[in-house]
Amino acid sequence: MLELIVISTLNGILFGMLLFLLSSGLTVIFSMMGVLNFAHASFYMLGAFFGYQLTRWIGFWPALVLAPLLVGAIGMAVERYGLRNTHKHGHVAELLLTFGLAFAIEEIVSMIWGKSPMDYRIPAALDFPAFTVFSTNYPAYKIFMLAVSTAIFVALLITLKKTRVGLIVQASLTHPTMVGHLGHNVGRIFMLVFGVGTALAGLAGVIAGPSLVTQSDMASLLGPILFVVIVFGGLGSLPGAFIASLLIGLIQTFAVALNGSLASAFGPLDPSLGPSVLTDIWNVTIAQIAPILPYVLLVLILIVRPMGLLGTRET
Amino acid sequence: MNNAATAPNMLKEQSGSASRFYGIWLIAAIALIVLPLIFSSGASLTSFSLIGISIIFALSYNILAGQTGLLSFGHAVHYGLGGFLTAHVMNAIASYNWPIPLPFIPLVGGIGGLAFAVLIGWVITKRAGTVFAMISLGIGELVASSSLILRSVFGGESGISTDRTTLPHMFGWTFGPQLQVYYLIAFWVMVSAIAMYALTRTPLGRICNAVRDNPERVQFIGYDPHIVRYLAYNFAGFFAGIAGGLTAINFEIANSAYLGATQSGLVLFAAFIGGTTYFFGPILGAILVTYLQLGLTNVTTVWLLYFGIIFIGTMMFAPGGIAGLLMMHRPLIRAGSFGMVIPSYLVAALPTLVLALGVILSIETAARYTASEGEGNVINLLGIAFDATKPVTWAVAAVLTVGGFLIARMTWRRVTEAWDRAATVARDRGFLT
Repeated sequence: MLELIVISTLNGILFGMLLFLLSSGLTVIFSMMGVLNFAHASFYMLGAFFGYQLTRWIGFWPALVLAPLLVGAIGMAVERYGLRNTHKHGHVAELLLTFGLAFAIEEIVSMIWGKSPMDYRIPAALDFPAFTVFSTNYPAYKIFMLAVSTAIFVALLITLKKTRVGLIVQASLTHPTMVGHLGHNVGRIFMLVFGVGTALAGLAGVIAGPSLVTQSDMASLLGPILFVVIVFGGLGSLPGAFIASLLIGLIQTFAVALNGSLASAFGPLDPSLGPSVLTDIWNVTIAQIAPILPYVLLVLILIVRPMGLLGTRET
Repeated sequence: MNNAATAPNMLKEQSGSASRFYGIWLIAAIALIVLPLIFSSGASLTSFSLIGISIIFALSYNILAGQTGLLSFGHAVHYGLGGFLTAHVMNAIASYNWPIPLPFIPLVGGIGGLAFAVLIGWVITKRAGTVFAMISLGIGELVASSSLILRSVFGGESGISTDRTTLPHMFGWTFGPQLQVYYLIAFWVMVSAIAMYALTRTPLGRICNAVRDNPERVQFIGYDPHIVRYLAYNFAGFFAGIAGGLTAINFEIANSAYLGATQSGLVLFAAFIGGTTYFFGPILGAILVTYLQLGLTNVTTVWLLYFGIIFIGTMMFAPGGIAGLLMMHRPLIRAGSFGMVIPSYLVAALPTLVLALGVILSIETAARYTASEGEGNVINLLGIAFDATKPVTWAVAAVLTVGGFLIARMTWRRVTEAWDRAATVARDRGFLT
């Protein structure tokens, strides 16, 4: 049991940090431009597929650098030629543009790479057990993922809080016109922030690809969870997104690891009742309901605290 | 948003007299009756039935998106639950011999959609805007995933099947043949469309518009926007349930695909491609999207990509949708300056068509090239066969796309200029403000 807790906690923090790599970009883009980038998970998927393809051509380490840059470039192009032109039609049109984009990217990816999972392997240099907890070998690649996402998290924090660039970005979150008056090119700042946000999503894709499944439906599976994270944490709040990412990462990982059901705890129902909703609920395992737990959390937080954990902004 | 606020008025006030207004509905009813007599093949009857259902569904979506300003990404939940309740009730009627004939069954679907809206609506309409959009997406996922867990209710992967002919007959109609089902659907399309149009004319419909445009001022005049949004959500859920019920009757099955994200996405596409600012916009969108869906699935494997591209194009260049584009010309026609833009349209049409062909050829080439070897990689475009593996095809696609784009951009600039001149004339004559 203790072993399960240790391993699940590690995995949960790892999944949480991955979620935060995505949700931080999404949150910064949202606070800055007022647009929720519906296609954010699609950029994550693009990162994974580019990572896979580049790994086959030039190896994992160059891919780790190149793939996020490529994704970031695509993101900047989307901002420059798509969102900026749509801006005059309002936020709804912008949100729907990214929604259409998410659809299109999924179709393009499954058109090029097919619908079946890719053979995206862990690089040989990292394919060894890092340490042994009780009787389980913990893979070094997961430690690598954790290290990369933590490093990005720290770098992001320092950039935003301690540097001049971060100062300008923070200022344009709240006072875009004032920043413009001070002589900064707000349009270019928006484009860069969008590019960095999508590049981070791409990076998350490259490092998550070998560990999770690289498949054309990975965006539509992860996307809704991502939106739960940022609504749960409070839309537009980075610390909120951080807490929510870790929380949802841990909850999902623990739920998947647990195999209990009401039937295993209290014994099966009287078989004479026959199949009904009750027996369905009675027999379902915690692992089976893991995919819906984030949404249950979403409904709960809406009842208790509609603005999200640390959210203040009324939209 | 001036334009949008008066949108439901457009049909009535600007067409002048009431007789013309009722005339439109009468013509619609006659068209629905006559259509299957002209196109009587089985395939077209099936298409008309599906189009009818998606019209109701898209209109119900527009109660939220167009009239109340709530962007829902999980509207199919109500559609699907309506369908499931319908299938279960139909099975129960058949096995207990209840005297309820089939024509009333779509109401059951409506109740199914409404019941879930009553249950969940209060929580999710607490917030509007982006948060509502995200929550509706989450609820959609929640229900879609739960439907696979609760197998006894949702029938797992295979769904719940039913038989519409086992229900009590009415006027001697068995509802076995597709023609009778078509008339049943047509009847409910008329009833629902009239009801939903009437809804936009009620004080509730108007206050919904107000909540969309400025919730703060609505609060100042003493209404609670949350309650207004909740009521609108319930109406939308009810009509979506009717559409779901009709689908269950039409296909004699309800499965978890009805609840899913793709279904929610398609109705969103239909409503926004058609245009949400006018009542008839989603009708146009539903007809187009369903027609394209039925037509494209036979021709290409990547039909969803085309939808995505059409949708992105709509959002970037014509956020008012087809209805918005059509209504834009109204003041010009009335001012008599519409003739000034026609030549520029004709000039722009050719390169735009070339661009479209280039994009289609590129997509198809890519799709066939990467498809597995066994499948045919010959593209038949306008009667010309292109081989996806030959470089000449790639070159043609690139030339058409890039050349079409460059020339189209020039011609569209001229359209804008011609449009400005025509609009100035219309403004001078007092038809455009």
